[in-house]
Amino acid sequence: MHEMALTESIRRLLEAEAERQSFSAVRVVRLELGALSHADPEAMRFCFDAVMRGSLAEGARLEIERTPGTGWCMICAREITVARRFDPCPHCGGHQIQVTAGDEMRLKDLEVV
Amino acid sequence: MCGVCGCGQATIDGRPAQGAPGHHHGHDHRHDHHHHHGHDHDHDHDHGHDHGHDHGHDHGHDHGHDHGHDHGHDHGHHHHHADPDPAAARVVQVERDILAENDRLAAANRAWFAERGVLALNLVSSPGSGKTTLLARTIADLKGTRPLAVIEGDQQTDLDAERIRATGAPAVQVNTGKGCHLDAAMVARAAASLDPAEGTLLFIENVGNLVCPAAFDLGEGGRVVILSVTEGEDKPLKYPDMFHAADLMILNKIDLLPHVTFDVDRCVDYARRINPKLPVLSLSATTGQGMAAWIDWSLSRRPAARARAGARSA
Repeated sequence: MHEMALTESIRRLLEAEAERQSFSAVRVVRLELGALSHADPEAMRFCFDAVMRGSLAEGARLEIERTPGTGWCMICAREITVARRFDPCPHCGGHQIQVTAGDEMRLKDLEVV
Repeated sequence: MCGVCGCGQATIDGRPAQGAPGHHHGHDHRHDHHHHHGHDHDHDHDHGHDHGHDHGHDHGHDHGHDHGHDHGHDHGHHHHHADPDPAAARVVQVERDILAENDRLAAANRAWFAERGVLALNLVSSPGSGKTTLLARTIADLKGTRPLAVIEGDQQTDLDAERIRATGAPAVQVNTGKGCHLDAAMVARAAASLDPAEGTLLFIENVGNLVCPAAFDLGEGGRVVILSVTEGEDKPLKYPDMFHAADLMILNKIDLLPHVTFDVDRCVDYARRINPKLPVLSLSATTGQGMAAWIDWSLSRRPAARARAGARSA
């Protein structure tokens, strides 16, 4: 379950930001997880409480914003929505698709004290 | 948390990886964390909270800021613990990639490899696809063409590194403990301990797992996903992230095709639905059939070809 490692990365980011932006506790953590990203939101939630225990974000609320996948169909030469990596183009049925967005895994912002 | 994911349990050739140069995982961070607390406490004391040393320094700190120093801190403590002053909360922007630290280390690895003319290939697959057999055969076939070295990733044992060393190539074993993938920091330490010669072809055999290694850039110059014909031909659809992140797909154990129902064309079609330009090589590491094309690919690959992998915004 690599979400554990991803959540630990978030914890390290929080610790670095606490020093940089001078805060001592985190109340809310907001993530952006693209629909085509490597992270499963439920697994992230599962890991979050355990990983944040004993940290400056212990008990913090995790908010996850899901961003849709988009791609460029090379056959139609147009932008399309991509729900899953193996979905065909909704217009031509082809698979010549370059994913252009939706694989983000970002720490957006925090509510802190 | 290192005990859970195992990142702090990683060993290189059986020695604990902690304390090695460039180690940024697990326990180091715990130490950092405690230091931060220490600083907080000092700060409290500057504000005259010298009697509040027994519990909850952070809360004492908040309290002091909100209500001044002459309050009875012990009395207010529990209220603040349950619901710290919401007026003090603020939003701070971070906007950083969750994998920024791994990507930074991967970029450093990539630069280090480039300086030495090292081509690093990250080999990923399910357990049992024949990665180690393929590597042993590849090393035998490549012997004398250029320096070779191997980083072996497994949760436990150094059996694979021993198998590789038996071929004559230097190998280090990274044991990830409970960890399910190699990360850039592990590869940095393993590569430093290998100290590969100029122009080395370095194979990194990732932990057998078609899910987790997909997310972690190691600084490799190429990622090779290996699938064997004794597995399901629909694996590219089931594990799309891994096939999407690959630069080459190897279909291994083709000597067994007469005995299984695996449909090669269908499998390749599935893989190209995920990754339209994915090159595919079919071979048998046991009989040697198809090995020549793979050897050619690995000798002609340029390290810079995968630079885009490290270009994800940090």
